Amino acid sequence: MYVAVKGGEKAIANAHALLAKRGRGTADSPRIGYEQVRDQMGVLVSRVMAEGSLYDPDLAAKALLQAQGDVLEAVTLLRSYRTTLPRFGITPAVDTAGLPSERRVSATFKDIPGGQQLGATFDYTHRLLVDELETTDVPPPDVPVDEPMPRVAALLGVDALIESDRPAEGWTDPDPGDLTREPTVFPMTRAERLQALSRGDEGFLLSLGYSTQRGFGNNHPFVGEVRVGEVEVEFEVPEIGHAMPIGRIEVTECEMVNQFVGSADVAPQFTRGYGLVFGRAERKAMSMSLVDRALRRDEFGERSVSPAQDEEFVIAHSDNVQATGFVEHLKLPHYVDFQAELVLIRKLRREFQERQATRESAAHDSTREDTNRLEENA
Amino acid sequence: MSAPRIVYNEGYLDEQTKRVVRRALLKGVAIPGFQVPFASREVPMPRGWGTGGVQVTASVIGPEDTLKVIDQGADDTTNAVSIRAFFEKVAGAASTTRTDQATIIQTRHRIPETPLVENQILVYQVPIPEPLRMLEPRETETRRLHALEEYGLMYVKLYEDIAKYGHIARTYDYPVLVNGRYVMAPSPTPSFDNPKMHQSPALQLFGAGREKRIYAIPPYTDVESLGFEDYPFEPQRFDRPCEICGSTGVYLDEIIIDDRGGAMFACSDTDYCERTAQQRTEQQSTDTKEVTA
Repeated sequence: MYVAVKGGEKAIANAHALLAKRGRGTADSPRIGYEQVRDQMGVLVSRVMAEGSLYDPDLAAKALLQAQGDVLEAVTLLRSYRTTLPRFGITPAVDTAGLPSERRVSATFKDIPGGQQLGATFDYTHRLLVDELETTDVPPPDVPVDEPMPRVAALLGVDALIESDRPAEGWTDPDPGDLTREPTVFPMTRAERLQALSRGDEGFLLSLGYSTQRGFGNNHPFVGEVRVGEVEVEFEVPEIGHAMPIGRIEVTECEMVNQFVGSADVAPQFTRGYGLVFGRAERKAMSMSLVDRALRRDEFGERSVSPAQDEEFVIAHSDNVQATGFVEHLKLPHYVDFQAELVLIRKLRREFQERQATRESAAHDSTREDTNRLEENA
Repeated sequence: MSAPRIVYNEGYLDEQTKRVVRRALLKGVAIPGFQVPFASREVPMPRGWGTGGVQVTASVIGPEDTLKVIDQGADDTTNAVSIRAFFEKVAGAASTTRTDQATIIQTRHRIPETPLVENQILVYQVPIPEPLRMLEPRETETRRLHALEEYGLMYVKLYEDIAKYGHIARTYDYPVLVNGRYVMAPSPTPSFDNPKMHQSPALQLFGAGREKRIYAIPPYTDVESLGFEDYPFEPQRFDRPCEICGSTGVYLDEIIIDDRGGAMFACSDTDYCERTAQQRTEQQSTDTKEVTA
């Protein structure tokens, strides 16, 4: 019987019970605590926080457990919770230049003020699968850790070798948009675009960024700098009259430096692509900065020839909650529209067969006429 | 560190969001058929599964309302059951399967067979609100086309169908012209249902959550399915009655009954089918009584 779709409440309840059972595994193994996920699967937790647009490692860990490790499901859970929270206001921009970095590397200069710092990274690990994980002691740092680390882009800015990050004068910090509270209309401002990219799907951005490297909208990138660290978030409280620190968040920032040969109006100089993501998310921050730079083609009068340079293509498809929902909705019943198509296909086939029958009988008639004529002539 | 307590607002959407949606709805009603951008929120179901409809319903539903939810015309399809259960849980709304008792009907892919009346609201779940989307993928471009009332693309498409097949080969999501101004996507309802939209006494609201658009048809508005003078719009028809209730002129589901392609045809509108079948049995029993008397 066709009960899969016309199943009703009982089927749904049973399916949920089964899902919970599958997620539990064997009853004699202990349940994973969310603290363990939060502490031992930090990179995964970061991804859920970034794409869920909510900085809360505890909730992200809980969402991952509830989703049985399905990242997009966890992101959806977090977003559906986040959207019910009130928005109190806007924080001043976080000062990532001043953040005490856990990790900071630059690919453009060998030695930079503040130094290169490898930090906690998978880079240079040998990817050899091991049976048991072990933790070794971390030796104390042999250089002072709080040496200031000016931005690499700022060093290039001294000689105007790189575009300025804001106009020289007459600039005030604009209020950021909020994609989650205001309607999206294309074209977007760069701020809105960056917001969309920051919550966009890591895999999608990675592939788009990669496509620019392979010639689909190349922008000759160099990693000016990648840094990971905790930054203080402040909030302007009207009752107090000044900004108050409300907490610290871990972020990954990437500034990509891109070649630009100049145009009729603009002198040759380096340009920027920017990426900022919650938590430890280097791959995402780098991909984001590649795509950000590609999307700035209008500013530099570049021809749009590739998917990564197309704002509507990139932004409209980067949100994985939307993407997965719409792709997966195809498994919902569509039998009404399918029925409409069935009726149409049958009608079109009938018409096709009728036409063919007419053509065949016409061909048959003409052959007969030809034969008759031949016989008469004979 | 204590675990944070997860709390949801009564009715799920916060009041501010409801106001945002209501403002978009009012604008939509004021400009029939125009797609109003709104800041669509996440709701606790996947995008593409009726999140737009859910937000619209959540914003118009009140304690006195009775909600009916259908998917493919049926009240008992899993997604309809799931959405109805959601509103029972978060809004405490009374629900029904009877079209004539509902004040709000949320639907996917059908308009009920029972004619709607004044003070009823029909909420459509819309996947792709832009009728020109498959002809022009860019939002910046389609918005301009609507603004200029430039619908040549659509007419060319319909003309091409006629040139190729001898008739318009579009059977669902058949484009309509609303109030003589905006071309609008009726959502993937079959073209069979299109005539029901014209001069309907009920308010028709459309929510596209993923695409972040809302639009509306106020009661008693002209809704014309596109066509040409010599090739006018023709809704799909079925040349047989429902095998369960015997109704004619209704939309039918083809239900496969064996593994040799055998099929039966029955109403897609389950509520209409049940009530018609019931009336027929009652009628028959009165007839029998009269005969025996």
